Amino acid sequence: MVQPIISCQDVWKVYGGVAKAGDGGACSDVVALREATLDISEGECFVIMGLSGSGKSTLVRCLTRLIDPSRGKIVVDGADITSASERDLTAIRRRTMGMVFQNFALLPHLTVLDNVAFPLGIRGIEKKERQDRARVLLQTVGLSGRENHYPSELSGGQQQRVGIARALSCDPKILFMDEPFSALDPLLRRELQDEFLRLRAKLRKTIVFITHDFDEAIRLADRIAIMKDGGILQIGTPEELIVHSKEPYVREFTRHVDRSRVLTAKTIAQPANGHAPTRYVDGDALLYQFANEVLSSNEPVGVRHQGAVIGVLNKNDVISILTSTDQKAVA
Amino acid sequence: MTEAVATSVSLNTRWRAWAIPAVVVILVCGSTLLPDAMKVYPKAWIVPFIDWFRELMAWLTQDTPQIPGLPPIREFTRAFAGGLNYLLDFFKSLFATGFHFRPGDGPADLPPLPWYLVIGLAALSGWRLGGRKLAIITFVGLLFIAFTGNWTSAMLTLASVIVAAAVSAIAGVAIGALAYRSKTFDRLLSPFLDLMQTVPVFAYLVPALMLLGFGPAAASAATIIYALPPMIRSTVLGLRRVPSETSEFGRIAGCTPFQMMIKVLLPSALPSIMLGINQMTMMTLNMVIIASMIGAGGLGYDVLTALRRLDIGSGLEAGLAIVALAVILDRQSQAAAQRSGDHKHDEQASFFMRHRVTLALIAITAVTYAIGLFEPATAYFPHDFVFSARASLNEFARWIAVNLSGPLNYIKTAFLWTVMIPTRNFIGGLPWFVPPLLVGIIGYAFSGFALALLSSVLVLSIFAAGLQEPALNTIYLCGLGTILSLLFGIPLGIWGAKSERAHAVLGAICDTLQTLPSFVYLIPVVMLFRVGDYSALIAIVAFAIVPAIRYTDFGIRRVPKHYIEASLMSGGTREQVLREVELPLAVPEILLGVSQTIMMALSMLVITALVGTRDLGQETYIALAKADAGRGIVAGLAIAFLAIVADRLVSAWSHYRFRQLHLT
Ligand SMILES: Nc1ncnc2c1ncn2[C@@H]1O[C@H](COP(=O)(O)OP(=O)(O)OP(=O)(O)O)[C@@H](O)[C@H]1O
Ligand SMILES: [Mg+2]
Repeated sequence: MVQPIISCQDVWKVYGGVAKAGDGGACSDVVALREATLDISEGECFVIMGLSGSGKSTLVRCLTRLIDPSRGKIVVDGADITSASERDLTAIRRRTMGMVFQNFALLPHLTVLDNVAFPLGIRGIEKKERQDRARVLLQTVGLSGRENHYPSELSGGQQQRVGIARALSCDPKILFMDEPFSALDPLLRRELQDEFLRLRAKLRKTIVFITHDFDEAIRLADRIAIMKDGGILQIGTPEELIVHSKEPYVREFTRHVDRSRVLTAKTIAQPANGHAPTRYVDGDALLYQFANEVLSSNEPVGVRHQGAVIGVLNKNDVISILTSTDQKAVA
Repeated sequence: MTEAVATSVSLNTRWRAWAIPAVVVILVCGSTLLPDAMKVYPKAWIVPFIDWFRELMAWLTQDTPQIPGLPPIREFTRAFAGGLNYLLDFFKSLFATGFHFRPGDGPADLPPLPWYLVIGLAALSGWRLGGRKLAIITFVGLLFIAFTGNWTSAMLTLASVIVAAAVSAIAGVAIGALAYRSKTFDRLLSPFLDLMQTVPVFAYLVPALMLLGFGPAAASAATIIYALPPMIRSTVLGLRRVPSETSEFGRIAGCTPFQMMIKVLLPSALPSIMLGINQMTMMTLNMVIIASMIGAGGLGYDVLTALRRLDIGSGLEAGLAIVALAVILDRQSQAAAQRSGDHKHDEQASFFMRHRVTLALIAITAVTYAIGLFEPATAYFPHDFVFSARASLNEFARWIAVNLSGPLNYIKTAFLWTVMIPTRNFIGGLPWFVPPLLVGIIGYAFSGFALALLSSVLVLSIFAAGLQEPALNTIYLCGLGTILSLLFGIPLGIWGAKSERAHAVLGAICDTLQTLPSFVYLIPVVMLFRVGDYSALIAIVAFAIVPAIRYTDFGIRRVPKHYIEASLMSGGTREQVLREVELPLAVPEILLGVSQTIMMALSMLVITALVGTRDLGQETYIALAKADAGRGIVAGLAIAFLAIVADRLVSAWSHYRFRQLHLT
């Protein structure tokens, strides 16, 4: 297995600090993060999903060491950031990290161009070069022509595009995004998600993405970690989560998901049992793409994955998956 | 459980409601039975605080090193004074007097900035910051100053304000940034800031004179120290309010701590810092006017000499010039603060187009200054243009004296004999231990033992310093001033809360009264009533009434509407609702106003000392005249102690009322 770019071992964060003697004990402490263990591999889009107060921000701030974890070990790009000095941390962050914030966190006194160029200026890159690079990035996120505007003159969606361009300006290895689209209207959110997918296909960066919206997680994620009360309940691909929910809490989320857009042929294929189908679908095809084909056929349709036939799909199986909202139909 | 709490509260309340008046009556009645000898704090028990401070100052200013191996502190203060003097000289020459390179009183070698250029630039700045209205205010105000012949004095004052405000701003932001970064430093600093905000302006002047030598640098240093606290406070506050995401962004972007402060935090905190600059500038102006009495020159000095000559006309004109300067400085710095938050882009691409106004201004300045070089007379406001109204103003003052002195004197005499003198005699006649005991009892009743101890010890230490008489005079004058301010201010505040029209008018009046340097209040008072305690009292009330009006208005307006609706629906008349619901609910805010009123009354003391009161303000004033640092510091601290006691007692009362309102 390849070395993960972020590796997080048994990390805890307790607020309230040390329990003082005679103070009624530790009951005033808040455990914001418990026993978090996860590996994120290079190029992956890793989504952390959970409701408000579940500890998502705490986790991502531990991964960047914006806050110090109470316990545990975190290695980012080969460096142990839990023990790094403030100076080393600055160097690590400059080398590997970019971040996008829920409320954009643009600097109000700088123009859009200077905001995007800001991280470059911090690194001592001279004005002409950093402005040229910022201009290219603004073009990438579709904001050419707005270079000289100030953040307060832009809409929320535009501001977040600036935020994304700024986070990308130093070409970081890892992009952290803390609920980047939560402050936006649903329509805009959708638009920025599409933009995000387009950018991601182009740049192939490691992304740690936080959201409290399960649909958003499904759309964007390679893998999802589901959090509750500071703990990670389950980590898996969207499909795995839907097909093999370990906890009732996870099932609560997956129940309402449109399965036809998540499940692939290879996952729901049944053993062939000697059938020799005449028609085939690709193993990576999504259910909604091939459902008609299966339903209009009178015999089972074969599933071919990486050159081999791995199973068949029956009309009845497809119908029961499409009509059920319950887990059992798939399992 | 809740029942138990309720019972204990009502018991508590009943205890306080009866105990305090009872104890007070017993104390006061009992004390009349005591022999006269007990009225004065025993001489033998006086602690030589004043000598200690004298020695401390002597040690600080000695020429031999305080710490072996280091140069004496004097060297540093001399260097500091030198730098400050250099700055002051430069700006005074630039704005008012022109540059003199040769010794002697000859004409300036280089002229100052031409007067019409200054007016034009200021009006333009008003226009850029606040639109046409501010431009007109600035223009008219400065023209008024010029045409009444106060231009040079006003520019001297302005130059002092600019230097002191610039140093305060830089030092305040730097100290504020340090306090934000270091919790320990913040904790050390905070009690000093509290104390500094209660110490009267004069008190800084004496040690500054000792350390920096007699001259404008000392006045300037005192001004800077006086104006620092609000600057530091608003910087820290602004930095704390920067959204956490913004500072997180800075850290992720890899800022060093210094880059973080300069490039991320301070710019994000700018709107709050600019509000601090507005407040600081007004305090600076206030102090510069007062400090000019020690001979620095400027508008304050003009007013004072005019009043001494009883040349009311000149005094009034110089006073109005102060008002004009204050309004212009206040409105412009406020507009700048408002503008600092919103940024607008400029479509123009080229450097020349983007900076066309700046470039044009530089060109105009250069040209007009060059004209001044060749024709120096054009730089100064021509004497022939001055058309002062002081003759007719003096005529007016004389008319008032002749025609109104009868009724005015009647009121004055009546008030003096029925209210002021009896009050003073009563307070002065209490045995010396009663005031410390009384504040202790009040502190205990509203808060607890700690406050009781603090209040008693502070008042006692004032007496122990040998300041019993001036302290009692202070209490009498400020106490009466506060009561009168509340007597007039609270009804006005109620009126403002009930009527939108009144609210608007009172708001405008309060705004203006608040921008005026405290010194200005003296002019009409002296004009009408000459000197004495009565004049002092009126000046105090005029100055201190603002918070009484403001907080009452605010407190009543803040009472939730549903309480009022509920009371009206249950059949209350408007008056009943006001008396039974709105006023009681607004008490915590009104008490805040009371606290502010007392503070302002105390801060007015240094001004009223000029009309011959015999209070702690007079003590500092005398100390200043005699350059007696020990006496000045102790008297200043005594005023600060009184302010602290008053503030703590009133806010304890306010908290107490708050708790009652929430529990019952
Ligand atoms: N500085 C703090 N001091 C004390 N408790 C904190 C602090 N920051 C966070 N918490 C607590 O830690 C828990 C997790 O907070 P966190 O901000 O990580 O949640 P989140 O999942 O990001 O929620 P949201 O969707 O609201 O952003 C919450 O219960 C919160 O109250
Ligand atoms: Mg969060």
